[in-house]
Amino acid sequence: MNNDLLFDFNVDKTAKMVYITREFDAGQSLVWDAFTKAELLDQWGAPAPMRAKTKYMNFEVGGRRFYAMITPDGEERWSVQEFTSITPKTNFKMYNAFSDKDENRELPGSEWDHNFSEKNGITRVDITIYNESFERLERLLEGFKIGFTMTLKNLEELLATLSQK
Amino acid sequence: MKQDIFQAISDPTRRAILTLIAIQALTPNAMAEKFAMTRQAVSKHIKVLHECELIKPEHSGREIYYHLNAKKMQEFDHWLAQFRQNWQTQFNQLDQLLTTIKEQKQ
Repeated sequence: MNNDLLFDFNVDKTAKMVYITREFDAGQSLVWDAFTKAELLDQWGAPAPMRAKTKYMNFEVGGRRFYAMITPDGEERWSVQEFTSITPKTNFKMYNAFSDKDENRELPGSEWDHNFSEKNGITRVDITIYNESFERLERLLEGFKIGFTMTLKNLEELLATLSQK
Repeated sequence: MKQDIFQAISDPTRRAILTLIAIQALTPNAMAEKFAMTRQAVSKHIKVLHECELIKPEHSGREIYYHLNAKKMQEFDHWLAQFRQNWQTQFNQLDQLLTTIKEQKQ
Protein backbone atom coordinates (compact mmCIF):
# COMPACT_ATOMS: atom_id res chain seq x y z
CA MET A 1 0.00 0.00 0.00
CA ASN A 2 1.36 3.37 -1.06
CA ASN A 3 0.83 5.64 1.95
CA ASP A 4 0.86 8.80 -0.15
CA LEU A 5 -2.49 7.87 -1.65
CA LEU A 6 -5.30 10.15 -0.59
CA PHE A 7 -8.25 8.85 1.42
CA ASP A 8 -10.96 11.29 2.47
CA PHE A 9 -14.21 10.40 4.20
CA ASN A 10 -16.69 13.12 5.10
CA VAL A 11 -20.26 13.08 6.27
CA ASP A 12 -22.71 15.93 5.99
CA LYS A 13 -25.26 14.74 8.52
CA THR A 14 -27.81 17.39 7.75
CA ALA A 15 -27.75 16.80 4.01
CA LYS A 16 -27.56 13.01 4.66
CA MET A 17 -24.57 12.84 2.33
CA VAL A 18 -21.41 10.76 2.58
CA TYR A 19 -18.39 11.92 0.53
CA ILE A 20 -15.54 9.51 -0.15
CA THR A 21 -12.37 10.26 -2.13
CA ARG A 22 -9.62 7.72 -2.74
CA GLU A 23 -6.59 7.58 -5.02
CA PHE A 24 -5.29 4.35 -6.56
CA ASP A 25 -1.87 3.56 -7.96
CA ALA A 26 -3.22 2.37 -11.32
CA GLY A 27 -4.51 3.74 -14.63
CA GLN A 28 -8.09 4.93 -15.03
CA SER A 29 -9.19 2.06 -17.31
CA LEU A 30 -8.10 -0.56 -14.82
CA VAL A 31 -9.70 1.21 -11.82
CA TRP A 32 -12.90 1.69 -13.85
CA ASP A 33 -12.95 -2.05 -14.57
CA ALA A 34 -12.45 -2.85 -10.89
CA PHE A 35 -15.61 -0.86 -10.07
CA THR A 36 -17.74 -2.04 -12.98
CA LYS A 37 -16.91 -5.70 -13.66
CA ALA A 38 -18.48 -8.35 -11.47
CA GLU A 39 -15.50 -10.74 -11.44
CA LEU A 40 -13.26 -7.93 -10.13
CA LEU A 41 -15.86 -6.35 -7.80
CA ASP A 42 -16.31 -9.68 -6.05
CA GLN A 43 -12.61 -9.73 -5.18
CA TRP A 44 -12.69 -6.51 -3.16
CA GLY A 45 -16.28 -5.32 -2.77
CA ALA A 46 -16.86 -6.46 0.80
CA PRO A 47 -14.62 -5.74 3.79
CA ALA A 48 -12.94 -8.95 4.93
CA PRO A 49 -14.01 -11.25 6.55
CA MET A 50 -17.18 -10.63 4.58
CA ARG A 51 -17.12 -11.48 0.90
CA ALA A 52 -19.17 -10.30 -2.06
CA LYS A 53 -20.87 -12.61 -4.56
CA THR A 54 -22.55 -11.24 -7.69
CA LYS A 55 -25.42 -13.32 -9.02
CA TYR A 56 -25.65 -11.31 -12.22
CA MET A 57 -24.61 -7.88 -13.48
CA ASN A 58 -25.72 -5.95 -16.57
CA PHE A 59 -23.61 -2.83 -16.60
CA GLU A 60 -25.77 -0.62 -18.80
CA VAL A 61 -28.22 2.19 -18.11
CA GLY A 62 -31.32 0.58 -16.59
CA GLY A 63 -29.34 -2.60 -15.94
CA ARG A 64 -28.78 -4.18 -12.53
CA ARG A 65 -26.24 -5.89 -10.34
CA PHE A 66 -27.83 -8.39 -7.97
CA TYR A 67 -25.33 -9.42 -5.32
CA ALA A 68 -24.86 -10.66 -1.77
CA MET A 69 -22.52 -9.86 1.07
CA ILE A 70 -21.72 -13.14 2.77
CA THR A 71 -20.68 -13.42 6.41
CA PRO A 72 -18.04 -15.98 7.45
CA ASP A 73 -20.79 -18.33 8.67
CA GLY A 74 -22.53 -18.19 5.30
CA GLU A 75 -25.32 -15.71 6.02
CA GLU A 76 -26.26 -13.86 2.82
CA ARG A 77 -27.40 -10.22 2.66
CA TRP A 78 -28.73 -9.39 -0.75
CA SER A 79 -28.77 -6.00 -2.48
CA VAL A 80 -29.70 -4.63 -5.88
CA GLN A 81 -27.78 -1.87 -7.67
CA GLU A 82 -29.59 -0.22 -10.56
CA PHE A 83 -27.41 1.77 -12.98
CA THR A 84 -29.04 5.09 -13.78
CA SER A 85 -26.28 6.81 -15.80
CA ILE A 86 -22.97 5.70 -17.36
CA THR A 87 -20.23 7.79 -19.03
CA PRO A 88 -17.56 5.18 -19.82
CA LYS A 89 -14.39 5.44 -17.72
CA THR A 90 -15.37 8.75 -16.08
CA ASN A 91 -18.71 8.49 -14.29
CA PHE A 92 -21.50 6.15 -13.30
CA LYS A 93 -24.51 6.58 -11.04
CA MET A 94 -26.60 3.92 -9.38
CA TYR A 95 -29.46 3.37 -6.98
CA ASN A 96 -28.64 0.86 -4.27
CA ALA A 97 -31.28 -0.99 -2.22
CA PHE A 98 -31.40 -3.96 0.12
CA SER A 99 -33.45 -6.87 -1.15
CA ASP A 100 -34.42 -10.41 -0.30
CA LYS A 101 -32.88 -13.43 -2.04
CA ASP A 102 -35.57 -13.20 -4.76
CA GLU A 103 -34.57 -9.65 -5.71
CA ASN A 104 -37.56 -7.93 -4.10
CA ARG A 105 -36.22 -4.52 -3.12
CA GLU A 106 -36.76 -2.74 0.19
CA LEU A 107 -37.14 0.95 -0.58
CA PRO A 108 -35.93 3.60 0.00
CA GLY A 109 -32.33 2.90 -0.93
CA SER A 110 -29.40 5.23 -1.51
CA GLU A 111 -28.11 7.16 -4.52
CA TRP A 112 -24.47 6.69 -5.50
CA ASP A 113 -22.37 8.82 -7.83
CA HIS A 114 -18.82 7.78 -8.89
CA ASN A 115 -16.33 10.05 -10.67
CA PHE A 116 -12.97 8.85 -12.04
CA SER A 117 -9.99 10.99 -13.09
CA GLU A 118 -6.32 10.23 -13.73
CA LYS A 119 -3.20 12.31 -13.13
CA ASN A 120 0.39 11.07 -13.50
CA GLY A 121 -0.72 7.45 -13.49
CA ILE A 122 -2.71 7.87 -10.23
CA THR A 123 -6.48 7.47 -10.53
CA ARG A 124 -8.74 9.44 -8.21
CA VAL A 125 -12.23 8.16 -7.44
CA ASP A 126 -14.82 10.50 -5.89
CA ILE A 127 -17.92 8.84 -4.50
CA THR A 128 -20.97 10.57 -3.07
CA ILE A 129 -23.72 8.62 -1.35
CA TYR A 130 -27.08 10.09 -0.50
CA ASN A 131 -28.85 8.07 2.18
CA GLU A 132 -32.48 8.74 2.87
CA SER A 133 -32.17 7.35 6.37
CA PHE A 134 -29.75 6.62 9.15
CA GLU A 135 -31.47 3.27 9.68
CA ARG A 136 -30.00 2.13 6.39
CA LEU A 137 -26.47 3.03 7.41
CA GLU A 138 -27.03 1.20 10.66
CA ARG A 139 -28.20 -1.88 8.79
CA LEU A 140 -25.17 -1.78 6.53
CA LEU A 141 -22.87 -1.76 9.52
CA GLU A 142 -24.83 -4.44 11.31
CA GLY A 143 -23.83 -6.92 8.60
CA PHE A 144 -20.17 -6.00 8.89
CA LYS A 145 -20.29 -6.32 12.64
CA ILE A 146 -21.78 -9.80 12.43
CA GLY A 147 -18.96 -10.79 10.08
CA PHE A 148 -16.35 -9.40 12.40
CA THR A 149 -17.84 -10.96 15.54
CA MET A 150 -17.88 -14.34 13.79
CA THR A 151 -14.18 -13.99 12.99
CA LEU A 152 -13.35 -13.24 16.59
CA LYS A 153 -15.39 -16.25 17.67
CA ASN A 154 -13.54 -18.48 15.22
CA LEU A 155 -10.27 -17.13 16.55
CA GLU A 156 -11.34 -17.84 20.13
CA GLU A 157 -12.23 -21.40 19.20
CA LEU A 158 -8.95 -21.86 17.41
CA LEU A 159 -7.02 -20.54 20.39
CA ALA A 160 -9.00 -22.81 22.71
CA THR A 161 -8.17 -25.83 20.54
CA LEU A 162 -4.51 -24.90 20.38
CA SER A 163 -4.19 -24.35 24.12
CA GLN A 164 -5.62 -27.82 24.81
CA LYS A 165 -2.76 -29.45 22.92
CA MET B 1 -40.30 2.41 15.27
CA LYS B 2 -37.14 4.11 16.43
CA GLN B 3 -36.80 7.71 15.26
CA ASP B 4 -34.15 8.33 12.65
CA ILE B 5 -31.26 10.52 13.81
CA PHE B 6 -30.67 11.78 10.27
CA GLN B 7 -34.28 12.97 10.10
CA ALA B 8 -34.05 14.55 13.53
CA ILE B 9 -30.99 16.65 12.80
CA SER B 10 -31.86 17.53 9.21
CA ASP B 11 -34.38 20.11 10.46
CA PRO B 12 -32.86 23.56 11.15
CA THR B 13 -35.16 24.34 14.10
CA ARG B 14 -34.29 21.05 15.78
CA ARG B 15 -30.59 21.74 15.25
CA ALA B 16 -31.08 25.15 16.84
CA ILE B 17 -32.84 23.53 19.82
CA LEU B 18 -29.93 21.08 20.24
CA THR B 19 -27.41 23.93 20.09
CA LEU B 20 -29.36 25.89 22.63
CA ILE B 21 -29.77 23.09 25.18
CA ALA B 22 -26.12 22.10 24.74
CA ILE B 23 -25.44 25.32 26.63
CA GLN B 24 -28.14 24.83 29.28
CA ALA B 25 -31.16 22.65 29.90
CA LEU B 26 -34.46 24.34 29.04
CA THR B 27 -38.18 23.88 29.60
CA PRO B 28 -40.50 23.64 26.56
CA ASN B 29 -41.92 27.05 27.51
CA ALA B 30 -38.47 28.65 27.49
CA MET B 31 -37.77 27.10 24.07
CA ALA B 32 -41.06 28.41 22.68
CA GLU B 33 -40.14 31.89 23.90
CA LYS B 34 -36.64 31.82 22.41
CA PHE B 35 -37.87 30.65 19.00
CA ALA B 36 -41.04 32.72 18.95
CA MET B 37 -42.97 29.50 18.28
CA THR B 38 -46.17 28.08 19.66
CA ARG B 39 -45.86 25.63 22.52
CA GLN B 40 -47.48 23.06 20.23
CA ALA B 41 -44.84 23.43 17.50
CA VAL B 42 -42.04 23.14 20.05
CA SER B 43 -43.65 20.00 21.52
CA LYS B 44 -43.57 18.33 18.09
CA HIS B 45 -39.85 18.97 17.72
CA ILE B 46 -39.19 17.82 21.29
CA LYS B 47 -41.07 14.61 20.57
CA VAL B 48 -38.83 13.81 17.58
CA LEU B 49 -35.61 14.65 19.44
CA HIS B 50 -36.72 12.67 22.49
CA GLU B 51 -37.72 9.60 20.47
CA CYS B 52 -34.26 9.28 18.95
CA GLU B 53 -32.75 9.90 22.40
CA LEU B 54 -30.88 13.06 21.42
CA ILE B 55 -32.42 14.86 24.40
CA LYS B 56 -33.36 13.70 27.89
CA PRO B 57 -36.16 15.06 30.09
CA GLU B 58 -35.53 15.78 33.72
CA HIS B 59 -38.33 16.64 36.11
CA SER B 60 -37.73 19.51 38.49
CA GLY B 61 -40.81 20.20 40.61
CA ARG B 62 -43.64 20.77 38.14
CA GLU B 63 -41.31 21.70 35.28
CA ILE B 64 -39.60 19.44 32.73
CA TYR B 65 -36.11 20.47 31.70
CA TYR B 66 -34.61 18.97 28.55
CA HIS B 67 -30.88 18.16 28.42
CA LEU B 68 -28.70 17.26 25.47
CA ASN B 69 -27.76 13.58 25.37
CA ALA B 70 -24.15 13.95 24.25
CA LYS B 71 -23.64 10.18 24.43
CA LYS B 72 -26.17 9.62 21.65
CA MET B 73 -24.38 12.12 19.43
CA GLN B 74 -21.12 10.30 20.09
CA GLU B 75 -22.77 6.97 19.26
CA PHE B 76 -23.77 8.39 15.91
CA ASP B 77 -20.21 9.57 15.26
CA HIS B 78 -18.94 6.15 16.29
CA TRP B 79 -21.19 4.49 13.72
CA LEU B 80 -19.79 6.74 11.03
CA ALA B 81 -16.21 5.99 12.08
CA GLN B 82 -16.94 2.29 11.64
CA PHE B 83 -18.42 2.99 8.24
CA ARG B 84 -15.21 4.77 7.29
CA GLN B 85 -13.15 1.83 8.55
CA ASN B 86 -15.11 -0.57 6.33
CA TRP B 87 -14.31 1.55 3.30
CA GLN B 88 -10.64 1.70 4.21
CA THR B 89 -10.56 -2.11 4.45
CA GLN B 90 -12.25 -2.48 1.07
CA PHE B 91 -9.97 0.04 -0.64
CA ASN B 92 -6.87 -1.70 0.74
CA GLN B 93 -8.21 -4.91 -0.78
CA LEU B 94 -8.64 -3.09 -4.09
CA ASP B 95 -5.03 -1.80 -3.89
CA GLN B 96 -3.84 -5.39 -3.65
CA LEU B 97 -6.06 -6.50 -6.51
CA LEU B 98 -4.79 -3.68 -8.76
CA THR B 99 -1.19 -4.59 -7.92
CA THR B 100 -1.86 -8.23 -8.78
CA ILE B 101 -3.48 -7.36 -12.11
CA LYS B 102 -0.67 -4.96 -13.05
CA GLU B 103 1.93 -7.64 -12.29
CA GLN B 104 0.06 -10.18 -14.41
CA LYS B 105 0.04 -7.78 -17.36
CA GLN B 106 3.80 -7.26 -17.29
